[in-house]
Amino acid sequence: MRFALVGQPNCGKSTLFNQVAGYRAETGNFAGTTVTFTESKVRVLGDVVDIVDLPGAYTLAGASPAEREAFRYLASREVDAIINVVDASHLAHGLSLTLELLELQRPIVIALNMMDEALRLGMRIEGPALEQALGAPVLPVVASRGRGVKELFTKAYAVARSGAAPRQPMYAPDIEAAIQTLLTRLQPEPPGNSSAHGNTHASGRHPLKPEAIAIKLLELDNDVVARVEQAIPGARALVKATVEQLEHSRGQTTAWLMSAERQRRAQELAHSIVKQGARRFSWRDRLDDILLHPILGYVGFVVIMLAFFQIIYGIGSVLEKPVLALFEQIAGGVSDLLGTDNLAVEMATGLLQGISGGVAIVLPYLAPFLLGLGILEDVGYLPRVAFLMDALMHRLGLHGKAIVPFILGYGCNIPAVMSTRILEEPKDRFLAAALSTMVPCAARLAVVFGLVAFYLGPALALVIYVFNLFVIAVTGRVLSRFLPEDSPGLILEMPVYRAPTARAVTQKAWFRIREFIVEAWPILIAGSVALALLNYLEWTRYLNMLVWPITWALGLPGEVGTPLLFGILRKELSLVMLAQALGSSDFGSALTSNQMITFTVFVVFYVPCLGTLAVLMRELGRRHTAYIVTLTIGVALAAALVARAFSALIT
Amino acid sequence: MSDRPLLQLERGHRARIIGFSGGQMLAAKLRQLGIAPGVCVRVVRVAPLKGPVLIEVNGRSIALGRQIASQVLVAEDECDSL
Repeated sequence: MRFALVGQPNCGKSTLFNQVAGYRAETGNFAGTTVTFTESKVRVLGDVVDIVDLPGAYTLAGASPAEREAFRYLASREVDAIINVVDASHLAHGLSLTLELLELQRPIVIALNMMDEALRLGMRIEGPALEQALGAPVLPVVASRGRGVKELFTKAYAVARSGAAPRQPMYAPDIEAAIQTLLTRLQPEPPGNSSAHGNTHASGRHPLKPEAIAIKLLELDNDVVARVEQAIPGARALVKATVEQLEHSRGQTTAWLMSAERQRRAQELAHSIVKQGARRFSWRDRLDDILLHPILGYVGFVVIMLAFFQIIYGIGSVLEKPVLALFEQIAGGVSDLLGTDNLAVEMATGLLQGISGGVAIVLPYLAPFLLGLGILEDVGYLPRVAFLMDALMHRLGLHGKAIVPFILGYGCNIPAVMSTRILEEPKDRFLAAALSTMVPCAARLAVVFGLVAFYLGPALALVIYVFNLFVIAVTGRVLSRFLPEDSPGLILEMPVYRAPTARAVTQKAWFRIREFIVEAWPILIAGSVALALLNYLEWTRYLNMLVWPITWALGLPGEVGTPLLFGILRKELSLVMLAQALGSSDFGSALTSNQMITFTVFVVFYVPCLGTLAVLMRELGRRHTAYIVTLTIGVALAAALVARAFSALIT
Repeated sequence: MSDRPLLQLERGHRARIIGFSGGQMLAAKLRQLGIAPGVCVRVVRVAPLKGPVLIEVNGRSIALGRQIASQVLVAEDECDSL
């Protein structure tokens, strides 16, 4: 048996899913966080039920990838019951999707979620009246606290068992007539039956009923029209003629007419069953007066971000020391066991370095960052940040939502790249990912501090940070000019502030950490071993030659090449290896101050670390990752040359 | 009062949406958030330095970038019932 959770973004659908499914889903306040669906097996009344969390969709007729995905699933897979999650505090909106779902003529249960929120807003919803009007069961739920969840699933189970379809909502007479025409003339063969769709059960029951197909034909849903045309040649022409006739008499597209009618009906319905009482104002309503204030808002932003980084670095440094000490101990043990200066020990060291590298990313940075991000996200602060920063991000050719990867980038580029998923446009995702890999992460902070701040003073380190921002801004402007499509700009719902639940936050963080462990870590380990091998074979000479054009152009000693290459594994390695390569850890005497600045600036910008590259590959694909690598090398060279010229001037 | 872009509406003012000057895609996207002709909106706040506009529609808060807010046409008339 299979239930599908369907609902609009921010309705608490994923929260409900997590309540019953445990460790598999992501939830978030950013519309469209769940772009792919998640599935889980759950026990309901002794039966095992597959529960599918479909991506949030405002409408089944929508154009966004998430909406297409949701409709495609319902149109091609056998679902025994639809659980439609509706935000009770925004009933008029949610019901327009409900009406669309009723048209599918499948067993359905409506979960009125966030009943507590609705009460706070002074709304009294008459459940029985709504049930009557819709002809489908309606149950109140507070998903975040698990209230009503059990009853909901029990009801869904009963409805699925009985197979009772809801009442079909009716459109205006002329639209209904057009639907009937298509029904009788085409007798549309349910597309789920075609062999092209291997996903359906062999039961012979079709995912889409003829009435639902007729409605989708009238809306000119490309997929459905194409599939019906395949089964009944000539269907497309008939659909077109019917649609044109209707559009001619009404002067609007059919898709528009039908969605307008559903929305009007949803409004009326919500009006008739909601009794509006006095709204209780609370601190949550006033919070935005401060956090979105033209001045205080930015002060608040800086304070919150400082606290965020302070706490995360705090946790990170507490965790990092014992872990790194442990690995040093193991490394010592390995060389005791295998001796020194042979292939085995070098390989083992490489392996260990890869493993410890992964741990040194996950524990101190990735885990606390993702937990922190999850809290900010679930509280509802991130959309506020997007609002505050929209104007600034426009200067980079992006919009407000793209601020998130930038903030995260200062901690670690890996979660930064992961977070570009919140952007809708592929162009925005690429640009935000490319720029956020140039944000100096905590590891690069170590290089800036170890070289520039330590030997040349903290003021100069600050100059490097400001220079970094400037270079990112210039790169963003130039890049956005070369990337064709213009992004439409910010459209973002501000959810009400909510207290985050520990469960949702940890689950979401774990979900992303697991991605890193499975995909990026193995690459990191393999890279470490490969470089250890090169090191053992004493090919560093060749490595240095490989990088020689760069070191020569920047006026750096040739031995610096190997540390730069190792820096790709983990950025702080470029500093550790630098001591090895120069044969001295007193950089002040081995390098001129000019060289130190040039080296640091280059390290800040060039090629993101291997872990980030692996995540980039997953998010953007191989080709775009290659673009970013090329871009960062180019930008790093240019920036380092500028820094070299500049420091020659001042010293 | 005649039509004008939502962007020109002052903070705290209400107006009724007349239509959109952008493309179909934009109109469809806004509709899903309840921003449709005939609906009343209130400008809750405007971010400084040419930032976005925060509006309230049917009890929901929605931020719109300036470019988008300039494509939403409103008329400032009989919209006190909100």
